[in-house]
Amino acid sequence: MPRMSSTTPVLLGLACAAGLSAQTLRVPYTTFTLPNGLQVLLHEDHSVPVVAVNTWYHVGSSDERTGRTGFAHLFEHIMFMGSEHVPTGEFDRLLEAAGGDNNGSTTEDRTNYYEDGPANALPLMLYLDSDRLGFLLPEITTDKVDIQRGVVQNERRQSYENRPYGLAQENIVDRLYPPNHPYHWPVIGSMQDLHAATLEDVRRFFQTYYTPNNATIAIAGDISPADARALVERYFGDIPRGPAVTRTPPPPVRLSADVPAVLEDKVQLPRVYDAWHTVKAFADDDATLDVVANVLAGGRSSRLYRRLVYDMQIATDVVAFQDGTRIDGKFEIFATARPGHELGELQRVIDEELRKLADQGPTAREVERARNTFEAEFLSRMERVGGFGGKADQLNFYNYFVGTPDYFQKDLDRYGRVRPAAVQRAVKTYLTGAHRVVLSVVPQGKAELGVKP
Amino acid sequence: MSRRCAGVMVLAILLCGRLSAQAVDRAKPPTLPPPPALKLPAIQTATLPSGLTLAVVEVHKVPVVDVQVLVDAGAARDPADLPGLATFTALMLQQGAGTRRALDVADEAAFLGAQLNTTATADGAVASLHVPRRRLEAALDLLADVVLRPTFSDSEVARQRELRSAQLVQQRDEPVAVANVAFPAIVYGPGHPYGHPLNGTDGATAALTRDRVAGFYRAYYRPNDARILMVGDITLAQARGLVAARFGAWPQGDVPGLAGGTAPATATRAVYLIDKPGAAQSVIRIGHIGPARSTPDWYALEVLNTILGGAFTSRLNQNLRETHGYTYGAFSQFAARRLAGAFVALASVVTAKTDSSLVEFLKELRRIREEPVPEGELAKAKAYVTLGLPGDFETTGGAAARFREVLSYGLPLDYYDRYIGRIGAVTAADVQRVARQYIDPDHFDIVVVGDKAQIEAGIRALNEGPIVYRDLWGQEIK
Repeated sequence: MPRMSSTTPVLLGLACAAGLSAQTLRVPYTTFTLPNGLQVLLHEDHSVPVVAVNTWYHVGSSDERTGRTGFAHLFEHIMFMGSEHVPTGEFDRLLEAAGGDNNGSTTEDRTNYYEDGPANALPLMLYLDSDRLGFLLPEITTDKVDIQRGVVQNERRQSYENRPYGLAQENIVDRLYPPNHPYHWPVIGSMQDLHAATLEDVRRFFQTYYTPNNATIAIAGDISPADARALVERYFGDIPRGPAVTRTPPPPVRLSADVPAVLEDKVQLPRVYDAWHTVKAFADDDATLDVVANVLAGGRSSRLYRRLVYDMQIATDVVAFQDGTRIDGKFEIFATARPGHELGELQRVIDEELRKLADQGPTAREVERARNTFEAEFLSRMERVGGFGGKADQLNFYNYFVGTPDYFQKDLDRYGRVRPAAVQRAVKTYLTGAHRVVLSVVPQGKAELGVKP
Repeated sequence: MSRRCAGVMVLAILLCGRLSAQAVDRAKPPTLPPPPALKLPAIQTATLPSGLTLAVVEVHKVPVVDVQVLVDAGAARDPADLPGLATFTALMLQQGAGTRRALDVADEAAFLGAQLNTTATADGAVASLHVPRRRLEAALDLLADVVLRPTFSDSEVARQRELRSAQLVQQRDEPVAVANVAFPAIVYGPGHPYGHPLNGTDGATAALTRDRVAGFYRAYYRPNDARILMVGDITLAQARGLVAARFGAWPQGDVPGLAGGTAPATATRAVYLIDKPGAAQSVIRIGHIGPARSTPDWYALEVLNTILGGAFTSRLNQNLRETHGYTYGAFSQFAARRLAGAFVALASVVTAKTDSSLVEFLKELRRIREEPVPEGELAKAKAYVTLGLPGDFETTGGAAARFREVLSYGLPLDYYDRYIGRIGAVTAADVQRVARQYIDPDHFDIVVVGDKAQIEAGIRALNEGPIVYRDLWGQEIK
């Protein structure tokens, strides 16, 4: 849920790469922690005179409470509404006047913010970021919360309600996770809960989660680490530490039976989604499941594309992915029926291909192909210091998920170790041998077009 | 935290001691040092005997290469009876080439870790490759097959034709896609090369055949006016050898010039309403035909558009999103085109505020013509455009997109070296002049895709022009 987004939806690819034979991926960094607990990561890259400041607050929609779903993301928007020394609107205006850009995004697990721009703008970026971390509340009023509430409700309309199949994912997590599980609701939240959020909620959330000790700043690009450090100390040093954030991880969840569901939507072509519980990010089998997804539906040479779209011509598309997050993971496959074809036909072929992969495993070439694809994606993610998925964001990602910012090569190595037998075993363990949510999205008034249990 | 901690901590104490003496002045934003000198990668070119132009931009920081084969075979070339032929031909390049069958092409690309794409825009076709340097040679073999030796078998044409026809059904469910098809159909009309949908219509899709695809390919996929752009971990000398070996024998042909076509003069402003019952939002497109990319006014237009709707703090977004909360984002653009591109202002707005949103849109679009832009706002826009430029060249893909614009629109090779000076020279008077010349509210086509039952009365009450109903293609309803 970025604060602003392009018109194309992007599955923020956290799937990664494989054993580069000749080179080692490295993103050298230095780190320090201020007395108030703010952790800082610095990475020099002088290839282009730009700088990227990327801040992760370790809070996401999984920290929300009942009746306030979508609040972490709404709060992300409020973080741009000004702070004590930066009146409303000035955050963006000052940054653009310096040639910079910014954005923010929220997931179940974390909220991130970045500023990108010419290297000389670093003091401004840190001034702006520190002011909203240290001095947000004096500037935030109910009116300003209301404005961003309206923006976010429109984001929900634009990206979910007014987009075909856009409500599928929230219907899946609603059934995959029990009501008391922090992944039970969507990051965007419900209209009703967005409507209910108050200024008091803003105050409490800010004081609980927007503290230096719950944040990490990565600064990458054309910087002098000594200067960057001095600037961070100057702007963030006087912000007081907050209370420690504690969380009790929920007990693991599994489905005890298949869960069929039908969602009527403004679509002409029905689509079926299969969703399973798998493993969290960086657990054993997380990378293996990325390879499973690639073998099944990664591009036009994949098994399901070949069967459903190319040979049988009963589907327009098919997608599969492993989504490993902090507390849990899920695996999804979805495919859209062509006119004149039924979801039951698609589901049968999907099940046949899953069975085949469970019985015989993939070929060595399929696994190598997946690895090469991941490897290339990995390399391309080294080209940029800023934005979502640039090097600064990735340093923060690895830091939060595995505790080692420069985990690039180790992450890549996970894919190099995947063997066909492991792929076969993962399919059996997590897919064919487990229960799933089967969600049929069908035209309005045509519930009978859903997959029959 | 890490192995380096011990040494780092000592330094921290020293610095803190020094800094604590000077209190942070938060009362005003810091004064910044001067911006870094502009340092853009250079573009080098060579011409092969076949007439093919090779352009290389060396970027050696990551071992990847971005390759773009640019061919003058865009949708503006579509024959009148077969809209969608250019994009379909580009798509068909990958469905079997040389000795490779359709899925073998995809399999080989994936095995090489290469992103291989073949698409067409209104102005040109592009076959592109993004690949690790060490797999470049093999990937170029594949790319050469795709560009020079496509098979166009009957069975693959039929297969892709069926798939496209199903995708056109899906397109009608997507309000934004409907607006993007309807707007050019209404603004340009059927007699203009930009007036038809890029991906064709139901009828035209059914009429696609191997012969038509192969004929289009023979006519336009020629090296005469083609360019190969390579950006990344490669030198001009290396690139020349690789390209000459693979594309050197590409035969020239007689490529006809692009006919300009004519668009209907819009007599008056009108609101074109496309019904999407139950839609949570209305998708709005407001605009008309604008200038070609080659206009000398382009610099002033970039500044104008940045003020109006090209950035987050632009007037449209500040008004419709940040002041009123009607939308997740409101923007505008002048489309860069070889022939006259369109000016468009756009947003998706909550259904209940469709009329209010149109009021705000029209207010801003009139104001930019009537009032000179204040100096501070002008300076911000110019700084945003010029100081942000180096970031566009950070990745091979980003640099390729920028240089592709230079190559596709016949701009001088040193275009970006002079760009900053040209943007810097734009004045408030220039902005107002191009606003008056290229934004004409009296002749706007206003396209709204939304729930007619809920929005029509409000729009009618605005009295901003007649309401005309159109179908999901932007065509008259019979």
